[in-house]
Amino acid sequence: METATLVQTIANSVVQGSVYATVAVGLALAFGVMQMANFAHGEFFMVGAYVVYVLYALGGVPFPAAVALAFPIVGLLGLATERFIFRPTRDNVLSGFMATAGLAFILQVLVGQTWGVGLMRSIPTPYMGIVEVGDVRLGWQRLIVVPAAGAMMGLLWFFLYRVRLGKGLRACAQDREAAALLGISNNRMAALAMFIAGGFAGVSGALMAPIHAVTPYMGHAIIVTAFVVVIVGGMASIEGAILAAFLLGFIHTFVTTVFDAVVATMVGVAFMAAVLIVKPSGLLGRVKA
Amino acid sequence: MGKALGLAALTAALCVAPFVVREYYVEILILLLINAILAVSYRLITTTGDWSLGHVVLMGVGAYATALIAKLLGWSFWASLPLAGFGAAAVGFVFVYPLLRTRGFGFFIGSFALAELLRLVWIKFHDPFGGPRGMIGIPPVSVGSYQFYDAIPYYFLTLAIVALSVWIMYRIDKAVLVGNVMKAVYMDEALAQSVGVNAPKYRTIAFTVGAFFAGIAGALLAHRLGAIDPHNFDINTMVYLIIWVVVGGTATFWGPLIGLVVMTAVFEATRPLLEWRPLLFGGILIAFLIFLPGGIESLLAKIPPLVERLRRPRLGRRTL
Repeated sequence: METATLVQTIANSVVQGSVYATVAVGLALAFGVMQMANFAHGEFFMVGAYVVYVLYALGGVPFPAAVALAFPIVGLLGLATERFIFRPTRDNVLSGFMATAGLAFILQVLVGQTWGVGLMRSIPTPYMGIVEVGDVRLGWQRLIVVPAAGAMMGLLWFFLYRVRLGKGLRACAQDREAAALLGISNNRMAALAMFIAGGFAGVSGALMAPIHAVTPYMGHAIIVTAFVVVIVGGMASIEGAILAAFLLGFIHTFVTTVFDAVVATMVGVAFMAAVLIVKPSGLLGRVKA
Repeated sequence: MGKALGLAALTAALCVAPFVVREYYVEILILLLINAILAVSYRLITTTGDWSLGHVVLMGVGAYATALIAKLLGWSFWASLPLAGFGAAAVGFVFVYPLLRTRGFGFFIGSFALAELLRLVWIKFHDPFGGPRGMIGIPPVSVGSYQFYDAIPYYFLTLAIVALSVWIMYRIDKAVLVGNVMKAVYMDEALAQSVGVNAPKYRTIAFTVGAFFAGIAGALLAHRLGAIDPHNFDINTMVYLIIWVVVGGTATFWGPLIGLVVMTAVFEATRPLLEWRPLLFGGILIAFLIFLPGGIESLLAKIPPLVERLRRPRLGRRTL
């Protein structure tokens, strides 16, 4: 590989890793706090993309505002999922997970029947133009994903480590009964975790909408990768998810450059199987997956 | 006695059914029988507590195996059927090795990712798998010059193979040294291991045997449809399998079959609502998991005590 291609591929990898990180962090957070495994996380990503389609492409709302609005809108969807699916099935991780597979079906049908199934939605690119640094060329639309993801991770870190409510989330993740004894409501923490998880998935879908094929079934491709990321990172570990997201971002981008996207997904899954064999708890996880 | 009577009635019904319904429904019955192997073999795996998301793809392994054997080697169905089973079992054996390190949720999504890997192999390699379009021209089953081409002969062929498969799995489920140990692994893995049960071994056996029968189901499907593609074995089909099993329940051997029959009926009844059907099925799945986690079988278990109570009204009531 030439140096120019190499640098270009590294830049692409960072972009890809940022997308994976914003998606997977929500999965890891919800799993860590209350063992909530959301199969419909990919559909949350899809709904975020449709928020941009409806507000920005159809409604004329400025792109940044539409992306920002995706957070509360999809966050509320997460909140509802916690209240009506995860809370009644809390004693069994698998039934919550299977029930959200049903939710994925429901969201696909609702979105498909409202805005059409067949054609992908075309969304005008808000940030035209290409940045050139030396030999590296990146579209603005792809480039803004990186600082956006960085800002989201920073905010999440601040919230979890500096804000009282966020500390409550971490307490609940460490020991939910002890947290409950200290007056931290498990129900409220679970709801909060799902609100944040939904919001993150929504914003990443919203950011990717202009450069992604927006269809009701776009969540499927992202969910496979997101699951691989959280298993590699160590299920409940947010730091692990971020690390694994960038690792997978690099693996996928490099393999895609050399071979193609299908081989990249295969290599990603094989990497996951290898991690499971060598270190079942994932890279930074403490418990077995 | 009651059991034997029920079995005789079921056999009679299954033998008469194809002659009294329209041909379209015979095709549905064939699919129902094939899916019966799938549902029962899936339950076999769940008895150890492992819920897989790769079972439908293992069925696909059987389908692709029989298609390749028939088309490339020209061997007959009777040779490719067991080979399809063993092929799926071999893949299952390889899959379960990394998955043994996980339990519950990790097993679920780990098996999903591995299954996707295999599906991508089918999509990626046009030669020999046919890529996204899949494989066509899979020959019908034949014995000598006789071809099982029409629906009714294929129905009875399927019925015989399904009955044998289900019977074998029933024996495994009831066998003290296999089925009961699998359930012990599910109930308390640590306790089972402390009395000398090699839990990973039994989880591997369950997964591999389940994969074998999924492969048999796949071979039956491939020879009936004549064409298969990777979409036949995608996650949507897998979620439908889970819906059957959840609706029926997994505590008893017959639970998944009840779920399969009920949900196939619902599926056929909602044919006019084609594009809304996934929403309905998703809603049913959620409703069952929340309100009736034991499935329909848990309702049936409540019937005998209820009948008993109605038969012998409590004395206190009578004096009123």
